[in-house]
Order: sequence, then structure tokens, then C-alpha cells
Amino acid sequence: MEIDARPKMIGARVQRLEDPRLLAGQGRFIDDLNLPRMLHIAFVRSDHAHARILEIDSADAAAKPGVAAIFTAPDIAGLWNPIRATSRMADYHATELPVLAHDKVRYVGEAVVAVVAENRYLAEDAAEQIMVSYEPLGDAIDAIANAKADAPLLHDDAGTNVLAARTFHRGDVDAALAEASVRVSGNFRMHRKTPTAMENRGYVADYDPGRRALTLHSTTQIPGIVRDALVEMLDIPGNRLRVVAPDVGGGFGGKGALYPEEVLVCIIARQLGRPVKWLSDRLEDLMTTNQAFDEHVAAELACDGEGHILGLRAEVIGDVGAYSVYPWTAAIEPVQVVSFLPGPYRVPNYLGRVRAVATSKTPTGAYRGVGRPISTFVMERLMDMAAAKLSLDPLEMRRRNMVQADEFPYKTASGIVWDRAGFMECLDKVASSYESLRRDQTAARAQGRWVGIGLASYAELTGLGSRIAVAPGMPVNTGTETATVRIDSTGAVSAYFGIASQGQGLETTLAQVVAEELGVRVEDVDVIQGDSAAVAHGTGTYASRSTVLAGGAAINAARAVREHVIKAAAHIFEADEGDVDAADGQVFVKGTDRGMSFRELARAVYSEMGRLPKDIRENIELEATRMYDPYFGTTTPASHLAVVEVDPETYQVTVQNYVVAEDCGRVINPLIVDGQVHGGVAQGIGAALMEEVVHDGAGQIQTASLMDYVVPTAAEIPAMQVHHLETVLPDNPGGFRGMGEGGTIGAPAAIANAITDALAPMGIDINELPITPERLFRLIDGK
Amino acid sequence: MIKLTVNGTMYERAVEPRMLLADFLRHELGLTGTHVGCEQGVCGACTVILNGDSVRSCLCFAVQVDGGRIETVESLGTVDNLDPLQAAFQEHHALQCGFCTPGMLMTGVDLLRKYPLATDQEIREGLSGNLCRCTGYENVVKAIRSAVEAGYGD
Repeated sequence: MEIDARPKMIGARVQRLEDPRLLAGQGRFIDDLNLPRMLHIAFVRSDHAHARILEIDSADAAAKPGVAAIFTAPDIAGLWNPIRATSRMADYHATELPVLAHDKVRYVGEAVVAVVAENRYLAEDAAEQIMVSYEPLGDAIDAIANAKADAPLLHDDAGTNVLAARTFHRGDVDAALAEASVRVSGNFRMHRKTPTAMENRGYVADYDPGRRALTLHSTTQIPGIVRDALVEMLDIPGNRLRVVAPDVGGGFGGKGALYPEEVLVCIIARQLGRPVKWLSDRLEDLMTTNQAFDEHVAAELACDGEGHILGLRAEVIGDVGAYSVYPWTAAIEPVQVVSFLPGPYRVPNYLGRVRAVATSKTPTGAYRGVGRPISTFVMERLMDMAAAKLSLDPLEMRRRNMVQADEFPYKTASGIVWDRAGFMECLDKVASSYESLRRDQTAARAQGRWVGIGLASYAELTGLGSRIAVAPGMPVNTGTETATVRIDSTGAVSAYFGIASQGQGLETTLAQVVAEELGVRVEDVDVIQGDSAAVAHGTGTYASRSTVLAGGAAINAARAVREHVIKAAAHIFEADEGDVDAADGQVFVKGTDRGMSFRELARAVYSEMGRLPKDIRENIELEATRMYDPYFGTTTPASHLAVVEVDPETYQVTVQNYVVAEDCGRVINPLIVDGQVHGGVAQGIGAALMEEVVHDGAGQIQTASLMDYVVPTAAEIPAMQVHHLETVLPDNPGGFRGMGEGGTIGAPAAIANAITDALAPMGIDINELPITPERLFRLIDGK
Repeated sequence: MIKLTVNGTMYERAVEPRMLLADFLRHELGLTGTHVGCEQGVCGACTVILNGDSVRSCLCFAVQVDGGRIETVESLGTVDNLDPLQAAFQEHHALQCGFCTPGMLMTGVDLLRKYPLATDQEIREGLSGNLCRCTGYENVVKAIRSAVEAGYGD
């Protein structure tokens, strides 16, 4: 066997290991978990947006059949320690995380009373009997009004509704604007979204009174963070508190925060000594899962006569809803709108100001893209507006301003550092069909059709290391991940991680990495993830980090184990370590027929007494734990191109063609990377054309079913072309860059630009998303 | 007391009149492959085949299907022996989190049995009652296209 014959598993289109169970209906999702004597919770939730709780009458409910207990906020006081999402950021005000509302409710859907019964049907029957009376405290649903000094306060102890404020500043923007040949500006609006994973959130708490140990089964993306928080909240040591994420049906950020319900099931399970389940229904999901993308941006871009950017100014108000979410804080999204606004371009002068304003709506948190779908929408619209004013082609406008290959590492106006990545290469790749698409467009226009082409370029910071926290000033370390690789006494390989897949295929990609490094087959590696007990510290899957951080840790751990495999085998074969290799589950002496399976090697090391001398045996460890910290993180650039057609009668927008070129470094599994792009773009198309959480003037949610909160179906999403660039990343063990969110970042901008282009003869700018047929009608009708 | 055939096995059970078919399959029969995503008949995750037609099991009461013949995802292949449509889903990466997948498969089976699916647009229209938030649908369409070409359901 020659070393060249070693199969390459990184880069191969490996079919996913998790698929057979999911396809055969054998996945184990949260609602598939049923424990003996388990009780079920139904909530009474607030039907007021902002009100004082006057009285709760649950006497009739308590008498209903099957009811085990009823809990209000005073009933659980003393059973848990409150928690807040803190931050070292100046001008930040933390809020409580209410497990059940006490005194006040601050959004429609906030949990007020928990009814615990023998099954969910009975729990809901009883919940219907509970009467809560409220004293309304006045509307507080408008972020711009709430930012004013005289607005009613949502949180008296914060003393303001502006929960966070921050400014990024470089150069002299006023001077740059004053000397510019061209200035373009707009008031941009992205309306609120909800992540809408197909599986609703759900939690099962299982308390073992004998061991005083608690296991929480949770649809969470962050089992380690939840475990660490619950240790503080419940005074249970970490070695007796375990958080396990089973198969999780999508997350997209929505399952990446600590939720009141997951704390409450733990409190109640410990109190009653019985397992407790709560499963969200879709109405609860649309009311209570953290929402996102609710941003108002006033921005102005200034250029010289050739289109070179001179300055950028932006004022952002983020509507963050009622509470500052744990652990990310209310700042996570709005701050990213401002910090990423300069995009992949040279912006010499910048002033970006942001305020995160509390409103009496569902809290906002992370949703795929976090801030950057908005920053990219705004910047890319400004680029096209400036290009139009200069009579420059939008493609040329981008080429003139994008950071060039010889400028890396490039520090942006907000302080982010872009490492070497294929910025221009991605743009060139999507532009390869640009001229022929423009010719097709000209022909279509001649027939009276409203066809437009839109470009969007951006760069994101993925796989963040310890230098920059995922949310500004947060006290949780998001910069490292841990992997343990273990060969047991049967020769089986297990790899343990602190990340938690919700469909990204991490069981497969991480198995590919371990298999290639260790010299076994992909299907031989069992990946254990989504379990706080798997490694000592790990925070989970969010912020396009799992492949970069867990993949890096996997390489480091697998290489350490491989060294010991080789050392043990060299002793057994009486060969030099340099002559021993491992591949395809075999350890062998190169160029000979001497070899053994990993099973035989493990037996020799662990089970066959005396096979290895004591001094060798004591120094063979077929298990290693290693960490990886990318320090700054990795840069992932991309360009998107969309072709759209607007129906002149119905104003329905059809996406006809969609092209993405992105640089995620070394691709582990092209099948999975393409899938991430497809799914991200589909969510971006939803954000651009249809998805919007709508509240009425009193804060009542109007989009309370999937008939009203409209996500794209197969009929609205086009076939896509996805191109990968694999720019080498030095000082990174795998060369992987993160790419889980990018599709959603680029698509709203590309589509807004494409529709603007389609309607260019009418001079209409698409500066508000989603651009529904109704909004389009108003814009066109107003001309 | 109701009597019905699920995946070829006859069951006779006493059920409450308000028990949903989805809950009956999941909780009474332990067939947890059928998933519940909205209970409003919109998302399609709970799709099963009743007497030859795809239906939303969250919109039927168990008592309504007395005497009926039901097929769920468990009627297709097993983990060790996937049926050709399931295998096509794996080959084309037509699933990510897998939560909508049982509904996608049962809708796919229904479409493949009944329609020629000559164009991808027909497949997309046929799938438009099944929401997926992960895949962007492209690979689901590819998987069903490959099943059409392999003669699945003929």
C-alpha cells in the first residue's frame, strides 16, 4: 500500500451518515421522547403587549381532571436564581430573563401561567379556565418613538428604552461628504422576520431525586451555554446537570438562545419529582421564538467623479423587542448592522451610529445572517444608486471599490480585519455570464417585460476566535471549541464535540475530517455532539463557526491520536515509526504486506496483557482532547447575482435565475456546502419578497400562522448555480472558512437591486423589504 | 372503537373523539416518523397517504379514518434498506434537518404514483404544500426527478 493510495475524504461528496435514520422515520426529535410518569405543560400567555398583571384566578383550572400543578411567577420565586445577559459594552442595559411574567407583561405571547397536567390535551383544557386581568400600560411598539426621552419605559430599572448604543468612526465623514462629486442617500427599512424552523421548540426535563441530577433534553443549538446558565440558576453542579440536544429540526439562530420555557421545565421537574415536557405549537413559535431583522437605517454614501467611495454615514435604529436575550444581548443584531455596513469595500471615512431600542414585541436575537442581511441590503443599494447617478455599470462600481488582493489583511472602517480571500474572484465568477444576461434583458425590455439584474457582494467574519466575541462584550467565550477523539478497546472511533447540529450535517463533515486525519473510513467514526457532557467546554452551533472551530479541533485531536496509533503499531511491527501508516481502517508498514486493522491494534494495546511492554503501554493513549482557537476568525466573501421579472399586472416578482460564488476555503463536502447555500438563499428570498412579522397598533401579532407568515415554497425558489472558490488560508489547520449563513446575507440585496433595475425606467428604488406585491403597487402607483 | 390498517397492519383501538390522526399515529401506535409542524394544515410535515391520497394527518381526527388504509413513512424502506425514493433523497442531499422529510417523501410518493411530472415546475407545484426551511427545495426536486427517471411508482 502506498501513501498516495490514501483516499481523500475531505473534499469528497460523501453521502450523509445521519440520512438513513431521518429518511426511515427513525430520527429522535424532542417530541419523540416520552418518559415514564411524564407531565405536560400548557401556558397561559399574555394577550396584552404592555400591561400590569392585576390578578390571576386559577381555582377552576386546578380542579380540572389530570391537573398536577399550576405555577405563576410568585409560585416559583425562590426556586431559581434570576439571570441577565450582561456585557462589558458601554451604554448597555441588561434586562431580566423572565421565566414567568411577574408584575408586568411586555409582549403578546409572554408566558404568565404554566399548567402542568397528565397530557397536553388536559393541560390546555385547564389553561382555558384561567382568568388573568390586566391594566394596560400604553402602547410601546414603535422603536423610533420609544427611543425618545419621554417615551413610556418598558424596563424601569434600565431607565431607558435604548438598551444599547454604539458608534463606529473612521476619518472625517463630514469633510468627505462635503467634497464629494456624488452623494446618494436613503431611508432603508427591513421588516421583522422569524426564523421558522419546521420543528417547533421543545424541552423535556428529567430530574433524578436520588442523584439530585437533572437532564434537560432541549431543541437547542447551544447545549453548553444552557448547561452553564442552568448551573447558576438552579444551583446544581455541572457534573449533575446535562443538556442534550436530540435530532433538532432546524434552528437558524432561533434555537440559539436560552429560553424561559427551558428553565421552567427544569424548575418544575425538580419541584414535582417527575419528568416534564413542553412543546411549542406553531402559534407559540410565531409569538415567542426570538425574532430578527427589524431595522431602520438612514444612510448616505459619497463618491468622487469616478465612483470611488469617499465616505459613508449611517444612523441605525434596531427594534429589539421586549427583553435582552441570553447570552447574546439585545445588541447582537443592531451592532452588526453598523459594524459590517462598509462591506467588502474601501471606505476611508465612516460614521455609523446604532441604537438598540426596546419595544413591546417578541425579543429579537440571532437569525441566519445576523445584521448583515440588512447591512448588505443598505450598502449594495447605495452602491447601485451611486452607480446610476454616475452612469456607471453596477459591476464596474463594485470592481472600483472592492478590497484588492494586495491589500489583505485589510482593516475595515469599523475595525474588522479581512484576511486574504477571493473578494474579486467571487465577483468575477458571478459576472462571467453578466454581459449575456444584460443582452437578454435588453431583448426582454424591448418586448415590454420588466426584467432586472441585481448584484450583491459582501464579506462576513466566520469562525470567530477568542479575539472577538460573537456578541460585543459578552461574558461567554465563543472563541474556542474542543474535540475528543477516542479509539476504544474494540477499535471503534468516537469523536466528541461541543457543537450541536440542527441539520447542517456535522455528523458527516466532522467524521470526514477525523477519518482522513486518523486513517479510518468515514462510516467508522461516530460523532457525538449536541450534549453538554461530551466535552468539558463547548458552546454550540451558531455564527458559522462549527466547521471552522470543531473541524480545527478535530484535526488537532485526530493527529494526536494518530501519533500514538503509529507509535504502538511501530512497536508491534518492529518497524520505524516513519515506515508505518494508517488508512482505510488499517495500520500497516508501507511497501510491505504487514498490517492490522484498528480493531486488532486496539486489542493489542488495551486487552492483550503483555503485548506491549509496560513503559511503552503507559505512554500509548488512544484518546486525545484538543482545542482550536482561530483567534481573529476567518473571512468568507461572496457575490450574488439575481435575475427577476415583475409581472406588470399583479406585481408578483419571480426570481428567474440565481448565481452565487463564495469562498469558504477548503470544502469538506461539496454536497453539504451547496445545500447550505441553497437553503440560505431561499431564506434570503423569503426575507426579500414575502416574510414579515406584522403587529397591529396595539402590539397584537397579525402573522400568527404559517398562512399569514409566508415562507417560500418550492414554487417560489428558482434553481441556483453555486460556485466555490477555495482560497488557501494559512495558519489554520484545515483551511476551512464558515459559510452557513451567507446565502441569507446576499439574497435580499441582490433581489432589491434586481427589482430596482427592472423598474429603472420608472425611477423606483426598492429600499423597503419585503417588497410584497402590495408595496410594489404603492410605489408604482405613487409615480 | 376504530379499526384501520396502517402500513399493512390492522389496528383496533378505542380513541377519544378529539384525538388527531397525527397524535394517534405518533402516540398510540408509536409511529413517530410522522411529524407535526403546525397543526394548521400548512406545513405538510404530517403528510400521510390515506386510501391512496396524501392527507394532512394534523387535520383529521383518528375517528374520521375508521376503516381506512394508511401509509406512513415507516411503510417505505428501513435504515438498512432504504426504498429508491429515500435513497434518491440521500444521494441528492434532499434533506438537512430531516423534520419535513417524512412529509416530503409521502407527498413525493403520491405525486410519483399519480402524475407524469414531465417538468421540474410540475414537481415544484406538487411540493408546494410541503414547507422546508433548510434545503431551498432544489435538491428535493432533483431527488424526485431522479425517481421519475428511474420509473418509481410506475
